[in-house]
Amino acid sequence: MAEIRNFTLNFGPQHPAAHGVLRLVLEMDGETIQKADPHIGLLHRGTEKLAESKPFNQSIGYMDRLDYVSMMCNEHAYVMAIEKLLGIPVPQRAQYIRVMFDEITRVLNHLMWLGAHGLDIGAMSVFLFCFREREDLMDCYEAVSGTRMHATYYRPGGVYRDLPGVMPQYQASRWRSQKDASRRNEARSGSLLDFIDDFTRRFPACVDEYETLLTDNRIWKQRTVNIGVVSPERALQLGFTGPMLRGSGIAWDLRKKQPYEVYADLDFDIPVGVGGDCYDRYLVRIEEMRQSNRIIQQCVAWLRANPGEVMVDDRKVRPPRREEMKGDMESLIHHFKLFTEGYSVPEGETYAAVEAPKGEFGIYLVSDGANKPYRLKCRAPGFVHLASLAEMVEGHMLADVVAVIGTQDIVFGEVDR
Amino acid sequence: MSARSEALAELIQTRLGAAATRRPSLPAELSFDLDTASLLQSLTVLRDDPELRFEMLIDIAGVDYLDYGRSQWRTQASANNGFGRSVNADGSGGSHAGPRFAAVYQLLSVSRNERLTVRAYCADGDEPSLPSVAGVYACANWFEREAFDLFGIFFHGHPDLRRILTDYGFIGHPFRKDFPLVGHVEVRYDEAKGRVVYEPVNIVERTLVPRVIRDDNRYDAALKDGSRNG
Repeated sequence: MAEIRNFTLNFGPQHPAAHGVLRLVLEMDGETIQKADPHIGLLHRGTEKLAESKPFNQSIGYMDRLDYVSMMCNEHAYVMAIEKLLGIPVPQRAQYIRVMFDEITRVLNHLMWLGAHGLDIGAMSVFLFCFREREDLMDCYEAVSGTRMHATYYRPGGVYRDLPGVMPQYQASRWRSQKDASRRNEARSGSLLDFIDDFTRRFPACVDEYETLLTDNRIWKQRTVNIGVVSPERALQLGFTGPMLRGSGIAWDLRKKQPYEVYADLDFDIPVGVGGDCYDRYLVRIEEMRQSNRIIQQCVAWLRANPGEVMVDDRKVRPPRREEMKGDMESLIHHFKLFTEGYSVPEGETYAAVEAPKGEFGIYLVSDGANKPYRLKCRAPGFVHLASLAEMVEGHMLADVVAVIGTQDIVFGEVDR
Repeated sequence: MSARSEALAELIQTRLGAAATRRPSLPAELSFDLDTASLLQSLTVLRDDPELRFEMLIDIAGVDYLDYGRSQWRTQASANNGFGRSVNADGSGGSHAGPRFAAVYQLLSVSRNERLTVRAYCADGDEPSLPSVAGVYACANWFEREAFDLFGIFFHGHPDLRRILTDYGFIGHPFRKDFPLVGHVEVRYDEAKGRVVYEPVNIVERTLVPRVIRDDNRYDAALKDGSRNG
């Protein structure tokens, strides 16, 4: 009789289903996983160390590049930590803008997740549907900050600027006819809020489309139901947060339980799974998109009715307006000091967390009273979730590894930092 | 500080006794220093006590207190009141008392909706070390590997203490304060050898150059007569 041995399989780091640069060393018994050993760090950039050598404001851009599909949520945790230490208030309008963009970011992230997850386990077309809507949300990012992804829009004390009154328009070109451009510009003829409002009206029907493609799809269910099951007790032990925890049946959401900004005033529900498998986590995220849509609608209504300041009136953290600088020496000095030295943050330490689309994204910040952080630690949800990969795939088939990586919503920018 | 977290602080103090020392923290946050020798017992109590139930470990952050409160620009006396990292204009030395390394644990109670920060100092010695809490909280496994990798904190009893974020075969612990920001080695592809080679870095760390420049040659008498610059 031939000797039967396990063999070791190397998966990644360059693999389309590895969602970046994940290297998995899999010990296989036939097609069954005996042991999985994720090797991470191939995208390690030392963000935390870099931040220690820069004034506080100059690291906001690094936060976008951690979880590069939920950019503004990362910024949010970082500026919240600084605000806590500085003890500065944030104007209510800025809080609403932040909440609105947090939810836009959540939809952005879930669309990316849904498209990529679908693609990984054999649903090609849903990817194209998702990216259609993502494009509109990217335009919101662009309108408000000038960039489609790495916005650097949130600042300690508020947001960089108020919402713009006009949306960028498409132009006819060799590749786009005038007719096509005008059709696309229809929703873009008003302000950013008009555009977002229009989007929130269209979006529930889009989610229905994704659900038509997947929710009752036999193949989709075969690939996700009872795959990667995590019990609620185990989910707590493993430090799960976000949809991973809610998929296991624990109703825990920082937006409800420890509300920050204006979440306490908004009306939304927290979807919770039952079985703790990949399918439940899929349903949770789909419902979260619908709930985010509700929150965005409420924010749009409030922001329309309540104009006002979007940045705290504190010369030490708020750059002066350009016109003021032309005639006022004080403003010029403040501007110079702010952009060269930054501001000093009182000695102390804090932990600030937001409910990012992937789970709890936290910033542990230690300041020794200088104009640079003494220690910055990013608590990335993806890092914790990936740590449990070995446990979740054990005993499953090789093809299920891809489903589990997909359901964990891994992004290497934040896992490796 | 709200009455609720005051009550919680008192409760923790009675449960842990001398093993826990209250730390100053922001009003809405609660922070303790835990005795390193009894860290495991203390965390188990925090997790299992029916009135505490911190059943989730959110994060472990290694901290290196080497440069705490110290000015970055101590090149010349005159530079100290110029562009500085430290708020102390005189650039006096570090203000941290205690061992150099610590690990900061963020705990969360999902059932009681409370957060708690606890810090444990590493035993000072050749190798900073702490007991591993991977047996109390399963997710500590990777957090401890990370702290080991980046700070060189050795966790006793860890099931699988390997490097996690840095390169295969990396030397040193990059997040220590005495590790330069640019690192020690750089990599490039060597045409002749046909592979990637490691070499010592040849770039100068820019933050070592003081931005306040006092030796300005424009006022140098030797150059004033215009003999050199026409």
